[in-house]
This record gives sequence, C-alpha cells and structure tokens, in this order.
Amino acid sequence: MRSPLAVILIIVGVLAVMLSIAAALVWLERRLLAFWQERYGPNRVGPFGLFQVVADMIKLFFKEDWVPPFADRMLFIAAPGIIITAALMTFVLVPFSPGIFVIDLNIGLLFFLAMSSLGVYSVVLGAWSSNNKYSLLGGLRGAAQMISYEVFMGLSLMGVVMLAGTFSLREIVLAQRKVWFVIPQFLGFVVFFIAGIAETHRLPFDLPEAENELVAGYHSEYSGMKFGMFLVGEYLGMTLISALTVTLFFGGWLGPGFLPPVVWFFLKVAVFLAFFILLRGSLPRPRYDQLMGFGWKVLLPLILLNLMVTAAVVLWTR
Amino acid sequence: MLSILRSIWLTFLHLFRRKATVQYPEDKIGLPARWRGRIILSRDPDGRERCVACYLCSVACPVGCIALQATEDEHGRRSPLYFRINFSRCIFCGFCEDACPTYALQLVPDFEMAEYGRQNMVYEKEDLLVDGEGKYRGYNFYRVSGLAIKGKDKGEADGELPPVDVKDLMP
Repeated sequence: MRSPLAVILIIVGVLAVMLSIAAALVWLERRLLAFWQERYGPNRVGPFGLFQVVADMIKLFFKEDWVPPFADRMLFIAAPGIIITAALMTFVLVPFSPGIFVIDLNIGLLFFLAMSSLGVYSVVLGAWSSNNKYSLLGGLRGAAQMISYEVFMGLSLMGVVMLAGTFSLREIVLAQRKVWFVIPQFLGFVVFFIAGIAETHRLPFDLPEAENELVAGYHSEYSGMKFGMFLVGEYLGMTLISALTVTLFFGGWLGPGFLPPVVWFFLKVAVFLAFFILLRGSLPRPRYDQLMGFGWKVLLPLILLNLMVTAAVVLWTR
Repeated sequence: MLSILRSIWLTFLHLFRRKATVQYPEDKIGLPARWRGRIILSRDPDGRERCVACYLCSVACPVGCIALQATEDEHGRRSPLYFRINFSRCIFCGFCEDACPTYALQLVPDFEMAEYGRQNMVYEKEDLLVDGEGKYRGYNFYRVSGLAIKGKDKGEADGELPPVDVKDLMP
C-alpha cells in the first residue's frame, strides 16, 4: 500500500503535467500544422515560439468575459467546467508507469466510459444555455455524434477486456507483456481511435463546432477564458484518448529497458497526439449524415464481428 | 479508404518540403526597380531642387495628401516654400510621379515606413528631399525649358527657338 502523501504528490503531479501538456498542445498543434502546410507557425515569442502559449493565455485572461443577457447564466458558466472536470477525472485511471498512477479501479474502463459520457453534457449544456440557433444546432449534433460513437467505443474496448480478462487498466497493461493488443485487436484499435476522435470532437469529426457552417457551433457565444476552457478541455480529451490508446493497445509503459517506463509512455502518447494533429491537417470534414451513416453502417457491424471472433478465439484457446 | 490513408501520408510528407514563408525582417524578397513606395523629392545634376512647385502632383493626387506652397527667387526660379505629404493617406498610386514635369517627385522601392504616432507619418520637405537624382539621371528642367533672366527672355539667346505657345492650336 502506498502512503497517502505519495498519492497526494502523484495527484498534484498528474494534474500539473496534464494541464501543462494541454497548454503545450496549443503551441504544438500550431507548429505541426504549420509544418504540414509548409509554414513555420509561431516561432517568435521565446525559444521556438514556446512562450506563444503564455501570450495567448494573457490575451484570453484580459479579454472581456461576456455572458450574453439572453443566456441561461448558471449553466452557461458551469458548462466549460464540466468538460475539464470530466477529462481530468479520467486521468486518475491512467497508469503512467508501474508506480505512477492515482488509483487502480477494478472497473477502470467502465469509469472511463462513464466520464467520457459526462463530457457530452458540457457541449449540450453550453449549446443550450447560449440560447443561440447555431449553438443549439452544434449541441444537437454533438449529442447525437458523441452518444452514438460512445457505443462503438465501448464495444471496441470489449475485445481488449476479453483478452486481458479484466477491466483494470493496470492489469490490461501487464497482460500485454507478451504481445501488444494492437496486433490481435487491430480492428478494435482502429474503431477505438476513430470513436475517440469523434468523442473529443476533433477534426475531421468536429461537427459540433463546424466553423464554416455553424459560426463556432456550441461555443459561439463564449469568450475570454471560458472559451479557453473549452479549448483546454478539447486538448485534455485529445491527450486522454491518446493515453488510453497507448494503455489499451500499445502496451502502456512497456518498452525496451534502456528508457524508464514513464518516458516510454509519454513517447507513445506524443506519437498519437501528433497523429491527431496530422489528421486535422489532412482530412476534410464529412457531412453530418455521412458521419452518422459511417458510424452505424460501417463501424458497428465491423466491431460486432470483431467482438464475436475475439470471443470465439478466447473460448477456443481456453 | 485507401485514398484517406494516402492523403494523410502525403500531408505528412510536406514536413520535409521547403517552407513557403519568407521570415520578413530577417529575409527580404527583392523588390522590382519600379516598385512604388516612399515618395522622394530629387535634385538636378547641379545639386539644386528639381521641384518647380507647379502643383500638378497635388492636383493629380486622388486622396489629396500632397500640400505645397510655391515661392520664387530673384532669378524667377520657382521652388516650394513647404512641401508636405501625409503618408498615412497616400495610396502609392504614382499619379504624382506621372504628373511631375521635372522628374522631381519620384516613388522609390522602400515601404518600411511604420510609425507609432500618426503625426509622424506627415513628411515635410526636409524629410522628402534627397541629395541625388533618384531614378532619372542627367535631366535638368531649366536646361530644357530655358530661364528668363534680366535683359533676356526665354528663347532670345543664340541658337534658341521661341517657346511654344501652349494656348495656340496652330502648327
């Protein structure tokens, strides 16, 4: 058993690291996106433009924090907090290394699914309380998209659970010592990642905000740091999906011994974060009905098939 | 499906391309020689002001940013008393350069004129006047037009033709 002090230290550490990753992602996304568009991106403020984040933050803090008179004031203020809370709550599960994790729940994966469903409330409440037609449209899309992609996300994880025989993320990582789950569960990985993109409503599945159709979708009316919190929430979600992909399919902290386990974990996460940004740089946004059709007509049968085959194999080998 | 993967890969390859950005204050692109930038007042080969304060530039200016006042010295040579260009209004169209009969007013390839105060964008004659001849070398207006001096009007010296009457249509 670990001492309470160690747990508190880990909690503070995880909180600080996650929030600084979310901040650094603002810079990383702009830089990488620029490189893929043959530009330089922000490279003036500080070394490599790293202090651009600080400049952005100062700007956001000093902007007028406006609540529209027609908005539902309480929900309007609460909505941006929900997305950050839901994302940060899920990080308690992530095992960063054999020793560094906040808590090892035996229902870990279920807790993750529950928390990511709570994240939908942020979009829906933010959209509804804005009392704005574009926001509402964005919120409706967000609700439909995130709830339906939740289904495939949950189903895609079941294969991993069957192979590992547990819901605990730590034990799932330990079960991958022989072979990473991405090899037996490749379909599961693909579907989980696609669902993850839809879940964090990143491009190309950013239908809820779709700036060319809906102004800015569910956060049209938000300004200042409340808008910034939606942004931070989005980046936290991105980090979370990357961390979980690594944990569930790419062996978490496992790796050759010349680097410490934490470094392996964060290296793998960084690759997926970069891939998130690459997707944003390369793919156009699908139409809304295409998005839903793709989910229900392609991903659902695919993942059900994957589930049945995995179950059969597990029964066969037992 | 394959086309999606292909476009992701192609986007990734752009990482290794040369950047299209020109990092401006450090790297500059060469401007064409006829670039219309900051306006200067040039001098003739003898080092005297070319401007004869004819007001044609001021009239030609579509935004009315040129203000000047003519004056005349004891030899009948005209020059501007003051010559003021408000560069916060100037649109760098070059009409003034076209209108100038003496090649005095020229637009040069320089556009880095940012100032913190708007008043600082108003350039006086001292700011506009340069020491050289600018783009048009060897032209001296008074050598071409002649100059009336005491006891001799235009076109009366040896080898000179009388000046053309600009108000007459006859050949």
